[in-house]
This record gives sequence, C-alpha cells and structure tokens, in this order.
Amino acid sequence: MSNANIPPKPGGFIPRDRNWQPDALTPPYKTSVKRSPQSALLSFPTTLSEETSPVFGHNMLGALDNDLIHNFARSGESAIGPRIIVHGRVLDEHGRGVPGALLEFWQANAGGRYRHKKESYLAPLDPNFGGCGRTITAEDGSYEFATIQPGPYPWPNGMNDWRPAHIHFSIFGHGFAQRLITQMYFEGDPHIQRCPIVGILKTQEAIDALTAPLDMNRTVPMDSRAFKFDMVIRGRRQTYFENRKEGM
Amino acid sequence: MQRLDYLRESPSQTAGPYVHIGCTPNFTGLDMYGGDLGATMKTGPVQGTEITIKGIVFDGTGTALRDAMIEIWQPDAAGLFASANETRGTADPNFTGWGRSPGDMDTGEFTFETVKPGAVPFPDGRMQAPHITAWIVARGINIGLHTRIYFEDEAEANAADPILTRIEHQNRIPTLLAQKQNDGSYRFDIHLQGPSETIFFDI
Ligand SMILES: [Fe+2]
Repeated sequence: MSNANIPPKPGGFIPRDRNWQPDALTPPYKTSVKRSPQSALLSFPTTLSEETSPVFGHNMLGALDNDLIHNFARSGESAIGPRIIVHGRVLDEHGRGVPGALLEFWQANAGGRYRHKKESYLAPLDPNFGGCGRTITAEDGSYEFATIQPGPYPWPNGMNDWRPAHIHFSIFGHGFAQRLITQMYFEGDPHIQRCPIVGILKTQEAIDALTAPLDMNRTVPMDSRAFKFDMVIRGRRQTYFENRKEGM
Repeated sequence: MQRLDYLRESPSQTAGPYVHIGCTPNFTGLDMYGGDLGATMKTGPVQGTEITIKGIVFDGTGTALRDAMIEIWQPDAAGLFASANETRGTADPNFTGWGRSPGDMDTGEFTFETVKPGAVPFPDGRMQAPHITAWIVARGINIGLHTRIYFEDEAEANAADPILTRIEHQNRIPTLLAQKQNDGSYRFDIHLQGPSETIFFDI
C-alpha cells in the first residue's frame, strides 16, 4: 500500500536538548549545589509510561480560575496592582498548537509577597489576592488569564539578590515526558540580567524565550495591559516507518 | 543551507519554594478549585491490589526537602493508562493513574494511595517490569527530575526489564526499588545526590 494520504504516526518524543536546557548544578544559584544529581542521567527512548498522561477536561475549570484579580477577592473587590492580561499559545517543537494542555500559574502580589506560611518578606499581603490560577488551552493551543503584575522580591542567596517580576507556570501536555515548569519574565525588567536563577539559562536566546513582550494589540484600553507568552513543549517524532508492533 | 524550523522547548526554571501555591493551593491553606488536583487517584472501587507508597526526598547532606512536589503516573492493575493516548483498551474508570503530593510540611514525607501497576510493553514488544513514573520538582532543582519506582517484590520481572538490565551500575538499581515495609506499605526514598543517589532518567 502506498503512503499517500496516510498521516504519519506519532513516534516517541524528541529527546530533550540538554545543551539548551539548564544544568542541574549551577553554583551561583546556591540551593542547586546540594540538590543536583551528580551521576549522569540514564537515557532511553520514551515508552508508553512517558507517552501518555492524564486527561484534564475544560469542565473542571471554574469561571474565575483564570482571573487572579478576582478569584480570591471578596465580592465586589479586586486585587491591588497593575492590571494585566497574559496570553499566548502552547506549541510543540513542530510549531503546532497543543490543545487541552493544563496550565497552572502562581505569583507574588504587586508588592512581591507570596501568600504562603513560610514566606516572611515584609511587604504586606493583599487580602484580595491569592496568587494562583489555572486554565486549559483551546483547540489552537491558545490561553489567556487576567492578573496583576507581580512585584520583584528579595530572596536569600547572595547578600542582595532580587527576583525579577515573574509568573511561575506548570505545563501539562499529553505525555508525561512533556512535563515542564518554567517562569515568565517581563520585557524591560532590569533585574533579569542580574538574577542568579535567570543566570542558569545558557544563552540570551533562552532568556528571551522566557521574556514576555508588552502586547499593545491585545491591551484593553482604559482597563488592562497585555503581555504575550508562548510556551513550547516537546514534540513527538513523526514517521511512516516506525519499527514498532501494532498498538504501541 | 535550509533552516530546520523546529521550535526549542521552553527552558525550564525551578519550581521555587512556593510551587504549592500553584499546584496544591489547598495544601497551603488557599481554598481553591474545590480541592487539589492529583490528591486522589482512586475515584471509586478499583481493580487490583491497593497499595500505599511513602517516601522522602533528601538532598546531598541527607536533609529532607520540605518544599518539593512529587508527581507519579502509572497504568492500572491491568497495565492500561487512563490517557487519551491509550489505544490498547480502556483503563479502570475509577483509577486516574496520576497523583501529586506536596510532602508533609514538617517531615517532607510524601504519600500516594494507589494500586500496584500492571506491566506495560517496551517499544520493541518486550514486557517491562511493573513500574510507576515519578517526577520531582523543588526549589534548587533547575529542571524536573524523572525517575521510576519499581518494586523489590517483583524480582523476576525486574531481572528481565529492558531498562533495568541496561543499567551499567547494577549496584545502583536498589535506588529504583520500592521496599515493602512491615505494615504492608512501600517505601521509596529519593536521594538527589550522594552515595545512594537515585537513578534519574533522561527520557
Ligand atoms: Fe517566585
């Protein structure tokens, strides 16, 4: 039979580029020193255990899950800080939008303070801001959420280290091999080049990949500015010639 | 020369000390979403043997991590995944296969109430020993660490497992074996570095 018009089958996931991704041991980020494996990772091709993952349906989402301005606020009130929309797409390495990806995000409030028992920064909590949200990407891989711009905050590493303003993202695609946590930074933040955690990234290209530009086209006049943040997760090899038994 | 127009995977950044705000907010005291995702793997009566797995993530000094998050993913007792990518059959409808544990805030101990996984084939058709895929993130971990939980009481299957048999340093294999305890639960401690460093996977 000819291959004409038969779509290629998905193969295993494309191996992770360990020269692009940060190393485990990065001494300027001190906590990594005792938390980094020293033995070589064991490499092997993905199997069903890594090519499958749980399904998260849109029906699990609440109406305010992607609105951090209101999802923790008292009725009629809202979180303090610059109102922003964060939007973009989740793509695979082939550039295709990934639908149905679960995104969870968390952040400090506008003063740089997290709502957490172990957080002791002197900036005050905002009674109307919890700091977490979630959404699931649409058919084209797109997503958006409303929040306030988080503040930079100091952290114990060097004597005077500050995190740039950032939002943490957890990304859940369709294979456990795609599992990824990262952070989004904001265009123009002078702390980006000074931060030891950003500093683990190996190239300016990698830093740029995590820096969201201001997107005036998506900005809502007299309401919220917008920042665009695309994320890329691992893609699967495409092949007509996968040497696998049926059903794998 | 033409360009290969692939995109690069987003660079990883640490989950940081407050990953639980985002992924297990109820654990941190935030009343969100009607409960934390992955807190329950069983949504009704399940098929197979129900098991408990407990463990602690240790750093290179032997100190327990109290800010880690551990996720596990596994098939049901018949070896089927509750996944859209599962084409071999339909998994136990009362078993999600996915668990997420923040670890105890004081001791760092994580707990999963799950079922003993069935065996799943390797891409070449050989059967793999029953195992659970695990993923660990925390402050100080720059990119999430993948490992596997195998079971010490599956000696025969382990001895034929396509991955376990490929490991050069066979004396490190016990780091991948959950140990049966007197109370019937399994113990799976994770050592990020040091003499008993867990084998981590580049998958
Ligand atoms: Fe942070």
